[in-house]
Amino acid sequence: MTIIFSLFLLSLLVVTALAMIRTTNLFVAAMLMSIFSLLMAANFFILDAADVALTEAAVGAGVTTVIFLSALRLTSQHERGPLASRRWIAKIVVVVTTMLLLYGTFDKPRLGDPNAPVHLYVAPYYLENTEALMGFPNVVTAVLSSFRGYDTLGEVFVVFIAAVGVMFILDARQGKGPEYEMPEAGLKHHLIPRAVGALLIPFMLLFGLYVQFHGEYGPGGGFQAGAIIATAFILYALLEGEKTALNAFSRNAQMVLIVCGSSLYGAVGVICMLKGGTFLDYSVLLDDPVAGRQAGIIIIELGVGMAVCGALLSIFHAFAARRPMVANR
Amino acid sequence: MSVADLTGYFNHVVFAILLMLGFYAVIAKGNLIKKLVGLSIFQSAVFLMYISMNKVDGGTAPILQKNVVDQIYSNPLPQVLILTAIVVGVATLSLGLAIVVRIHERYGSIEERELLDAD
Repeated sequence: MTIIFSLFLLSLLVVTALAMIRTTNLFVAAMLMSIFSLLMAANFFILDAADVALTEAAVGAGVTTVIFLSALRLTSQHERGPLASRRWIAKIVVVVTTMLLLYGTFDKPRLGDPNAPVHLYVAPYYLENTEALMGFPNVVTAVLSSFRGYDTLGEVFVVFIAAVGVMFILDARQGKGPEYEMPEAGLKHHLIPRAVGALLIPFMLLFGLYVQFHGEYGPGGGFQAGAIIATAFILYALLEGEKTALNAFSRNAQMVLIVCGSSLYGAVGVICMLKGGTFLDYSVLLDDPVAGRQAGIIIIELGVGMAVCGALLSIFHAFAARRPMVANR
Repeated sequence: MSVADLTGYFNHVVFAILLMLGFYAVIAKGNLIKKLVGLSIFQSAVFLMYISMNKVDGGTAPILQKNVVDQIYSNPLPQVLILTAIVVGVATLSLGLAIVVRIHERYGSIEERELLDAD
């Protein structure tokens, strides 16, 4: 039964991707992207990746769609015809490469093969030692924040740099001349979104905090929690308008959140060194190595959550606070 | 080739098709936003490949269960790699969108042909 369901979901993915490419209305493409992400999240869940499914649902289907739509507001909604000269060459290249990829596919281990090379090295070590070394059951969180802590630190810095880059490119101090449209007031005057939003936001925040602090025991962690909390604030901004949202949670506060989050992560690493261990070796933080690792992981997950939440919010506000030019509409 | 073989390779076939659909949008479409849509399909295809690799027959999500013996768990490593990549993906996608917004403000168009004519 699961097999039929997963075949169905995978086929839907291909159909959605085809529709995304064929449509000339970019608004439709953005909505299809959201559906595509949701289908992808369902696929991940069937493939036993609960943490990844949670991330894809929060980030892919939620935040990406909103950022895409706010970028479309600043550009144009319709795509003019494709480059006819290049279409045929592109089709030939794509078909030939697909054939090569399919030819290579049948040398890969089949889905679920327990003897595939990927399952033979490192993964058994993680599965066997997480309980003894960390004292909590979620192996994904253990690998993310401790075994491969360097990797995650790098990823947090990439998110940080991307957020700073977006803020540089879309400067907040944009001109206020007559060529720019007035900022919109949000959905304040629409009863249903407002009533539903007011009900949803507190629960979204609560769920975000649960995912943040329960990440060691169930699916979750800093990345997912940061995205969920950012989604709650984005919903607030959509309902109440940019001005009210920025008064409640200013751009400077978002910047502080990003900087504090990523430096908290780095600082834990340095403290480990000062206490006589190696960089990001949390076992030296407390007298008991297992408790030390747990403390370190809780702190760096908090840092990840703060950095991701701040980065996604400041990216959203960089797009949403910018006013489109009247002439270009 | 049996039915089990076909279902066992279906994920990889979908990966190849999605990858190439995204690639097609990147090279054949003239609209800059459409190129970014293609790029994110391409990226999702890679995510699907990694997550397909983590599955083990009869396995479950890698959250250890107490008092259960001989439970098979799927591989946590590809999951960790993709989990962080998804968040990095949205950050880099928005960097691309920000550049597109600036191009639109400067040239009044996001069609590749019109941009080349304008220069």
